[in-house]
Amino acid sequence: MIELKYFLLISACLFSLGVFGVLTRRNAVNVLMGVELILNSANLNLVAFSRYSSTGIDGQMFAVFVIVVAAAEVAVALAIVLTLYRVLNTVNLDRADVLKR
Amino acid sequence: MSVTDIVFILTAIVTVGSAVVVVVSRSLIYSVFSLLFTFFGVAVLYVFLGADFLAGAQVLIYVGGILVLLLFGVMLTHRLYNLNLTTERFQPVAGTLIAAAVFASISLAAFKTKWKLVGERELEPTTQQIGEAFLSSYLLPFEIASVLLLVALIGAAMLVRRRTDV
Repeated sequence: MIELKYFLLISACLFSLGVFGVLTRRNAVNVLMGVELILNSANLNLVAFSRYSSTGIDGQMFAVFVIVVAAAEVAVALAIVLTLYRVLNTVNLDRADVLKR
Repeated sequence: MSVTDIVFILTAIVTVGSAVVVVVSRSLIYSVFSLLFTFFGVAVLYVFLGADFLAGAQVLIYVGGILVLLLFGVMLTHRLYNLNLTTERFQPVAGTLIAAAVFASISLAAFKTKWKLVGERELEPTTQQIGEAFLSSYLLPFEIASVLLLVALIGAAMLVRRRTDV
């Protein structure tokens, strides 16, 4: 049986890569991809702990809810990105620094 | 080293490697398509963890839904005749340092902590358990999640509506 720490290691890799993507990318869609990586790594941790500890199915339930929230989040975020593109004609986050004009 | 270990290592390499491509590649299209491999890799890892329902949901929702939405996002926010869909990088050194610090602290915690583990449990189908939990102890979160999805759907449709046809 594969040990728990290897799953945690993969999850840590995905999380830090997601953080790197969020911090260094200026394209809004790319930042969104970083957020998706972070959510996936959290999900992986939840499922791994649910398998290796005695909590039963609870970790997987949390993972299901994370997936639901991720779907809602990406729909709203892309709507915002499309609106941003229509208003400012760019998806560069550095240029999206006004609330109203 | 058994076949399971080899498949696990290959999956881990594909997952993390394609995640690296997602955040490093200059082409947006390459990023989206390597995200596909990352999502599939995570689905295979769910299978390793005995979460059969979640593996299916991961493929259906992430690959079938979120990835297609992201691809739409890339295509709709760039002119299609402009084929170099690239993105510039911003403060790569500081970003690398922070990401490395995050990785070091998380993996240190993962390896140093004495986890209270239970012994090997046999694999069993989880779909029935998840369904029963949804309609018993998780009923309220389940309903709230469905309302949340509805609100997000209406909100997204309202946001992208053109103001002129009000």
